[in-house]
Amino acid sequence: MRHNKIKVALVGNPNTGKTSLFNQLTGLNQKVGNYPGITVDKKQGKCKLSETVTATITDLPGTYSINPNTIDESIVLETLINKDNEDYPDIVLVVAEVDNIKRNLFLFSQIKDLDIPTVLVINMSDQMKRKGISIDVELLEQELKTDVVLISARKNIGIDALKKALLHPKYKKTEALAVYSKRMDVDFFTKVATELKNHSLYKAWLLITQCNDLSAFPKQEQVAIEKFREDENKLARLQHKETVLRYAKINDILKKTYKVDQQKATTLRARLDKVLTHRIFGYVIFVAILMLIFQSVFDFAQIPMDYIDSGFAQLSNWTTSKLPKGMFTNLLTEGIIPGIGGILIFIPQIVILFLFVAILEETGYMSRVVFLMDKIMRRFGMSGKSVVPLISGTACAIPAIMAARNISGIKERLITILVTPFTTCAARIPVYAIIIALVVPNERYYGFNLQGLTLMVLYLIGFVSAIVSAYILHKILKVTNKSHFIIEMPNYKLPSIKNLVVTILEKTKAFVFGAGKIILAISVVLWFLASNGPSSSFGKANEIVAKEIKLDGINLSESEQQQKIASYKLEHSYIGILGKTIEPAIKPLGYDWKIGIALISSFAAREVFVGTLATIYSVENEDDTTGIKQRMQAEINPETGKKRFDFPTGISLLVFYAFAMQCMGTLAVVKRETNTWKWPLYQLFGMTAMAYLFAFITYQVLS
Amino acid sequence: MTKTVADLQIGEKGIIEHVCLNDIPLKLLEMGCMPGKEVEMVQIAPFNDPLYIIVNGSHIAIRKEVAEIIKIETDKILCDIIKSK
Repeated sequence: MRHNKIKVALVGNPNTGKTSLFNQLTGLNQKVGNYPGITVDKKQGKCKLSETVTATITDLPGTYSINPNTIDESIVLETLINKDNEDYPDIVLVVAEVDNIKRNLFLFSQIKDLDIPTVLVINMSDQMKRKGISIDVELLEQELKTDVVLISARKNIGIDALKKALLHPKYKKTEALAVYSKRMDVDFFTKVATELKNHSLYKAWLLITQCNDLSAFPKQEQVAIEKFREDENKLARLQHKETVLRYAKINDILKKTYKVDQQKATTLRARLDKVLTHRIFGYVIFVAILMLIFQSVFDFAQIPMDYIDSGFAQLSNWTTSKLPKGMFTNLLTEGIIPGIGGILIFIPQIVILFLFVAILEETGYMSRVVFLMDKIMRRFGMSGKSVVPLISGTACAIPAIMAARNISGIKERLITILVTPFTTCAARIPVYAIIIALVVPNERYYGFNLQGLTLMVLYLIGFVSAIVSAYILHKILKVTNKSHFIIEMPNYKLPSIKNLVVTILEKTKAFVFGAGKIILAISVVLWFLASNGPSSSFGKANEIVAKEIKLDGINLSESEQQQKIASYKLEHSYIGILGKTIEPAIKPLGYDWKIGIALISSFAAREVFVGTLATIYSVENEDDTTGIKQRMQAEINPETGKKRFDFPTGISLLVFYAFAMQCMGTLAVVKRETNTWKWPLYQLFGMTAMAYLFAFITYQVLS
Repeated sequence: MTKTVADLQIGEKGIIEHVCLNDIPLKLLEMGCMPGKEVEMVQIAPFNDPLYIIVNGSHIAIRKEVAEIIKIETDKILCDIIKSK
């Protein structure tokens, strides 16, 4: 039996339950890739329509119109306009929602004109009765010349009927822009039709108004398109006219087919909005929610994190005891296992943060925050929409910077991207946690835990430096900003568990495999550099140390001798040499060459700092049973005879990490998002300079 | 002086009388904000910006500068005439 494959594209306004439907159709049978050249997530999944037909479903980014406002939205046009696109669908599935059908049909009317077979699904049909809505589906099908299916993606109603419609759509042909063109501008469109006769009229119109890259078209057409583009004002006017005409048509159709009993229309949204967007309560609730998020991140995440930490220490031990001694065992127990542990330890915090961000987005609350914060953020050169990246930045700057794409103003978006790395991301937490545990006493002061208080201050430093830098950038950046801040305030919804699970799995997977690769690679390289060195000193460590002991004339036990050899080896390994080289530069900040090594290696990613110290101290000290904290605590500064990680050094390190731009992943994503190396380099040098300066001041004042 | 959306009080309604097709963002039109449609002010953010409105069934927030270019009529009798047109 032959197995047929068809391609289906899922299109719809944001907040119509498009993603719920995608998850319902594909289950966990989906994968996330990238569109070539840009970092927009491409979500595809497989769905079995019948015994013989499988559909590959592409979930295109949510949009209100085929005329794109953001990079994400442009994907929709690019996928649907070009027959040679690898995702060009056999059928387009337009998702609408009972509440907002008028606006949903606007996008539908554009898609329909593209000459691709189209099926319209109307989601959340289970709420029609409650909302007093009735739809004459049969008449609507005739009017739109399209198959219409009522579904409820969340309650899994109507999915079978939808599959049937995808297999055998009743309506195939469609009528295009021709209907409107006569009322828009007859002369203009007659010219378009003759000069771009290889395209349908609507496609030609989209090529003229929307398509940036014309290189795929013959020279003659390019010239014609450029010519049509000369009068920008006229085009804008025609676009506006087209919009008005489309709505007029939609209104006519809906008058016949769609009825709302206004009395029954719920007032839940209105009531919630009264409180959640209130000028005082609105902020109180927002701050309370933020506190709840941060509280959960520290409280709930701590238990699994400790568990992971000790689990990997034990695993490392167990491996050492079971495997024969040698090069490979060392690599495994001192390089790879701590490296993997260093990645997995972030999972609890990332999961909790992403869970909250996903809940805020799913429920529709995030839009209210954007509304409340817009005016305030604008004073700092950002937009209300910058709140989402800044909050997500407390999990990881990489997805946060990608989320800045929704900001339509160029300058607002750029500033948001540039300052997001200041917010305290999950990767800083292990660095903070270990240093705070070392230098801040675990005591209560007026009922506040000092360690918790320090962490809170560090978070504040992150936010304040983001805001202050934004303000400075706002004043000095000369970028013309033509933005239109228009956001939808969607209806409130209970979040769907399925959507949350899928989102979190996806983001965590991206973090573990994306950032994980770097961390693991660095762990291995570090281990190599720390276990090898020039043969003149490193290679003869045993003899040299033995000689020294003899010269000093003290009696050392076997294990003390071993320890001495190990630290001599580390000091003369390649990495030790590297650390020693930069020691003069970091001494004013209160650091020694071992911390220097950790600073260098954590240029790739902050969290590597702890891993590096773990590697350094476990290379030095064969006894793996003591945790990293105890080992750092025991470390003595040979010059002063006091603890290496004393109060001034510790605080100086905290300050350094609060400001330093130490994350290759972020730099790479900023490069991709801004399309130039200029901005990531500014970030790198600017933030590192700030980190050095403030850490210097801190250490000098405290010591 | 003609009123604009920015002049509406919370809870007040009006009918869009005129939007200058050259100035209004296309996206706003695409959301259904066009002459003859009813606008309702739902909420005004602190510092009087942005504004949360309902227009043509869409719940949206816009900035004051954009609201100021949407001219409206709030007189009841005139509204009914515009609506019936």
